[in-house]
Amino acid sequence: MKIHEYQAKELLREYGIPVPRGRSAATPEEARCATEELSGKVIIKAQIHSGGRGKGGGVKPASSPEEAFTVSEKILGMQLVTHQTGPGGKEVRRVLVEESAAVQRELYLSLLVDRSQKRECVVFMASEAGGMEIETVAAESPGKIVSCAIHPVVGFSPFQARKLAAALRLNAEQRKIFTDIVRNLYRLFLDKDCSLVEINPLAITADGRLLALDAKLDFDDDGLYRHPEIKGMRDQAEEAPLEVEAKNASVNYIKLEGNVGCMVNGAGLAMTTMDMIKMAGGEPANFLDVGGGASPEQIEKAFKILTSDSHVKCILVNIFGGILRCDRVSAGLIQAAKNIEMKLPMVVRLQGTNVDEGRKMLNESGLRFTVAEGLYEAAQKAVFLVM
Amino acid sequence: MAILLDEKSRIVIQGITGSEGSFHTREAVKLGTRVVAGVTPGKGGTELDGIPVYDCVGDAVAKQKANVSGIYTPAAFTPDAIFEAIEAGVRLVVCMTEGIPVLEMIRVKQALKGSGARMIGPNCPGITTPKVGKVGFMPNFIHKQGNVGVISRSGTLTYEVIWQLTNLGIGQSTSVGIGGDPIVGSGFTDILALFERDPQTEAIVMIGEIGGTAEEEAAEFIRSQVKKPVVSFIAGRTAPPGRRMGHAGAIISGGKGTAADKFKALEKAGVIVEKNPAELGQRVAEILQKKKI
Repeated sequence: MKIHEYQAKELLREYGIPVPRGRSAATPEEARCATEELSGKVIIKAQIHSGGRGKGGGVKPASSPEEAFTVSEKILGMQLVTHQTGPGGKEVRRVLVEESAAVQRELYLSLLVDRSQKRECVVFMASEAGGMEIETVAAESPGKIVSCAIHPVVGFSPFQARKLAAALRLNAEQRKIFTDIVRNLYRLFLDKDCSLVEINPLAITADGRLLALDAKLDFDDDGLYRHPEIKGMRDQAEEAPLEVEAKNASVNYIKLEGNVGCMVNGAGLAMTTMDMIKMAGGEPANFLDVGGGASPEQIEKAFKILTSDSHVKCILVNIFGGILRCDRVSAGLIQAAKNIEMKLPMVVRLQGTNVDEGRKMLNESGLRFTVAEGLYEAAQKAVFLVM
Repeated sequence: MAILLDEKSRIVIQGITGSEGSFHTREAVKLGTRVVAGVTPGKGGTELDGIPVYDCVGDAVAKQKANVSGIYTPAAFTPDAIFEAIEAGVRLVVCMTEGIPVLEMIRVKQALKGSGARMIGPNCPGITTPKVGKVGFMPNFIHKQGNVGVISRSGTLTYEVIWQLTNLGIGQSTSVGIGGDPIVGSGFTDILALFERDPQTEAIVMIGEIGGTAEEEAAEFIRSQVKKPVVSFIAGRTAPPGRRMGHAGAIISGGKGTAADKFKALEKAGVIVEKNPAELGQRVAEILQKKKI
């Protein structure tokens, strides 16, 4: 799960990481008041779940409360387009008004899980090349990135901070503060089940202080059950409406550009079904994994989500029952077809646990659909129907 | 011979009285699996279809000589269940539970080190050795005994491939679903090593997914350590980058972990790469044919 920069900075502040003073604002008037409170020059930053906001015109300075009002009036409500948002952009609903800082140097510092079999632990990454995307640094000058693995049993030890600090060429005073930053970031990462903590840039100000100017925090979805305070930070407005609906129904759904709607069980088979549709000359409209323990109600919801995408011209149901039993799928399909007026052609392929019961239920339901036996055959039949 | 699950396996199911645990235990028994005990804290002394239920894994090991544990407990209790199984001294832990936080898996991996126990999963369909049985929930009817080893990060896609093999008359030594999470108990390389040593296994099918570097690591391992033929498929060729496709593992970002990268790495390692999964079985049939000649 992602959160906004202003939320990330609140968490950083809570963990003793130096961040600029700031207030979030949802209206130009709030931005004006915030600037008054902060007294002085400020930066107005659009709050959307995406990088590259500055280049897209979502980050602007203001030197008075009145200017903050007019600047945020322009930013709030704009469709901010960055390299990560797609061509449609994302609507800005909130800005962060922050004290501006004179910057001497921009560094990079992050924490993430290294899943490679050799490591499987939390790793710090740091670079002197802050303020730019770390992927770019990694591609162009990998020598500028240093990393430091934290042994899960040993935990953080100050020498690790010294190692990173040396690579960042920090002075003695800065090193002390940096050690605290590193220690506290690691604590935050563990406490909150983070999957990424990224401070970019970590600035050295003109007067030599360390300051987290931008922050990105991602959380492990599987850990959210034990962090209601983090779950509460979720901003549904940042997610596609159909994806929100799917999430609430515990269905994995990602909208794509094509017209063959797919309903599959299991992520691997769902991706393979998409691959097969492409191979058969069609375009998948979505990724949809109904999951292992889906109930007929969930199947029905998944079906509704599929059919509410107006691009969908045909539905391909591909179920290989294991933990999910075919009779449950059939019950859900029949229920859904009854409750919504199904006009779209449907290709159904059922295999696996309780397949005979499932097929029998469908055959006796009076539903109209095309049967497929094989995986590729199912994709071909679905693509044929949208041609 | 097969791997992991054999005639000596005595299975205890943790979470046996839950709805998934009991359903899939009964399915496993139908396949002939030797389930000797169940564990549900607080339900010790009861039984499921004659299978004794204990309060802790230690009792199942002491009284029924259980040496393999299958876990179906809810995610929040599962790290504890795994630690308990390791401590009780089972040699194999198979965890089907989905939704364990990554940081908990980092702890689990530490607990496994030096314990003598091997773990498969979490978030996996388990292991099936035809004619011996299964731990997990692969459908019963898809298997046939034979000499092809199957390893996969996926669940249902694995059934798909096994079923294809069976329909072509190609049996399996053992099928292993290693799970779709970023950190798993055993990786591709661990299972590849077991198949390489197993005299029953003549060829290996490996099914990967986009995201992470497990397939690249496997490619490197195959190049240097595996002499048996390996046929492979990677799911997610058409997935848009940066999105999580159901499995936490299946995120592709920053040009790493794409299907194209993985196909390339595998091809370079001498793996027979098949881009149409409907043709995987056919490739395996050709290889087995060649071996006979």
